[in-house]
Amino acid sequence: MSSRVSIWHDARRDPALLVLWVLAAALVVYVFITGGYLIAVLQFAAIYVIFVTGLNIFMGYAGQVSFGHNAFAAISGYTSAVLTANHGWEPIAAGALGLSGALACALIVGYPTLRLRGHYLAMATLAIGLIAYEVAVQWGSVTQGYMGISGIPPLGIGGWTVTSDRALLVLLILSAALAVLAAAGIRRSRLGRAFVAISGSEDAARALGIDVAHYKLIAFLISAFYAGVAGSLFVHAVGFVSPEVYGLHMVVLAFTMLYVGGIGTVAGSALGAMVVALLPETIRALSDYQDLAYGAVLIVILIYAPGGLASLSRLWSPKRRTEGA
Amino acid sequence: MNLLRLDGVTRQFGGLIAVDAVSLDVPAEGVTAVIGPNGAGKTTLFNVISGFMAPSAGRVMFAGQHITGLPPEAIAKRGLVRTFQLAQLFENLTVLENVKVGRHLHTTGGLLTALMPFRAAHSETVVEEASLALLRNVGLASQQDMLAGVLPYGQKRLLEIARALAAEPKLLLLDEPAAGLNRDETTRLASLLRQIATSGVAVLLIEHDMSLVMNVADRVAVLDFGKLLAQGTPRDVQLNPDVIAAYLGTALAAHA
Repeated sequence: MSSRVSIWHDARRDPALLVLWVLAAALVVYVFITGGYLIAVLQFAAIYVIFVTGLNIFMGYAGQVSFGHNAFAAISGYTSAVLTANHGWEPIAAGALGLSGALACALIVGYPTLRLRGHYLAMATLAIGLIAYEVAVQWGSVTQGYMGISGIPPLGIGGWTVTSDRALLVLLILSAALAVLAAAGIRRSRLGRAFVAISGSEDAARALGIDVAHYKLIAFLISAFYAGVAGSLFVHAVGFVSPEVYGLHMVVLAFTMLYVGGIGTVAGSALGAMVVALLPETIRALSDYQDLAYGAVLIVILIYAPGGLASLSRLWSPKRRTEGA
Repeated sequence: MNLLRLDGVTRQFGGLIAVDAVSLDVPAEGVTAVIGPNGAGKTTLFNVISGFMAPSAGRVMFAGQHITGLPPEAIAKRGLVRTFQLAQLFENLTVLENVKVGRHLHTTGGLLTALMPFRAAHSETVVEEASLALLRNVGLASQQDMLAGVLPYGQKRLLEIARALAAEPKLLLLDEPAAGLNRDETTRLASLLRQIATSGVAVLLIEHDMSLVMNVADRVAVLDFGKLLAQGTPRDVQLNPDVIAAYLGTALAAHA
């Protein structure tokens, strides 16, 4: 029942999901052992798992739309980059300040707009995403514009730093796992139920005493926190940051991951992020036809599993349509 | 003592007066029904009472307090909970989770509880037991893990009532609970409504199904063109010439 860990519970009822989890875990182990370029790909995937899992809390659970979570990643990421690379701060301290900045920005944008219904919020978030990008480009004295900031130190505390690719991979996978578990915990709690209730019917939620504007703001802040964490981890993992990292491309990629995986489900957003991050690598052999194959795979997934990867098992057992999320 | 008191409640939409100076007392026990032809202003009246619409004039008092113009969530907190004319379930939640959301006002826990597995598990067990009891009462316990969206319509309506009861209201507002129900389901609804009233929750319902109203209601208020036309026992109202005229037309009109 719901008091159990819902990821495990869902996976046990759903063989397709179980297979995907096992494949993902096997891949991580395989790449950890063999090493090479795929380590960097998986590091990237783990960071996006965090970003998309957060976005899913706001878009999947609470049913809102945001085109601007890249702004929160950018605020936190640039704060980390500037303070550690140019001012010698500890990554943890710089990250904490960056996250506070991202949350403050989310509060300022979210408080007025989340009281409105409809697409006002989506428009406001689109604006904040574009503004963040422009600031990163124009504020040259701090961000060094298109050039970007390089020489960002790796993650670490005090004298101890994560320098090897394998150690970094383990750290990022553990962070992603923690992020996914937290999202699962939220989903089966009173808080998460209120989020999903709002996405079902705002009127019915209010009639049961749920302060809809308040809960939307909480969902927004939680997802901005996830975005900030992903943004800061990225700059330390790659050692470099430029405006393009947090451009509109990030939003498009996150949306793809969210819908390919299955919006609204914990497993879906995590697995979707991994699959979409790995897809370009698996079809790299097709060279010129890469983009075509990439698009084709996405279309096939969305046609045959419109609920995303998380709904795959319904393909061969229609009975499951009636069962829980 | 009266639980709900409407004092000259009026709601205008431009030139149209949907609810016209309605004054009505709803006692703290039993079932009160609001009937009236389509467009009489019944749902508008409900929206004003439950805070989904502000009245243009007049006052709404609940449990001795002014609730005019309060938002719906604040009114729900005081013990006035409503359902909707078209069942509004949380379709992406399971049947059981829907009822758990109904417990929202009587449970606590935000982000911190959600992130602490053991504390969360304990509070969840309590909510789950209370919610299951409500589901058993409406005969939906075996569907507890189904998504609410896939229930047949009649069961959706029952679930909506169970969910509203989970909020432990003092007054339950039901907007046409029998709409779309078949004969058996309506019979079941009637006994559920009597049971709710017996348990001490006052019920105020809008209903078109006259046999249900006559069977279940202790008092009936009749609205026509936004005005309160008559009120009294079901029998009184049935024999009231104004009510008969409103429903069937006057004798003159009928002959013409």
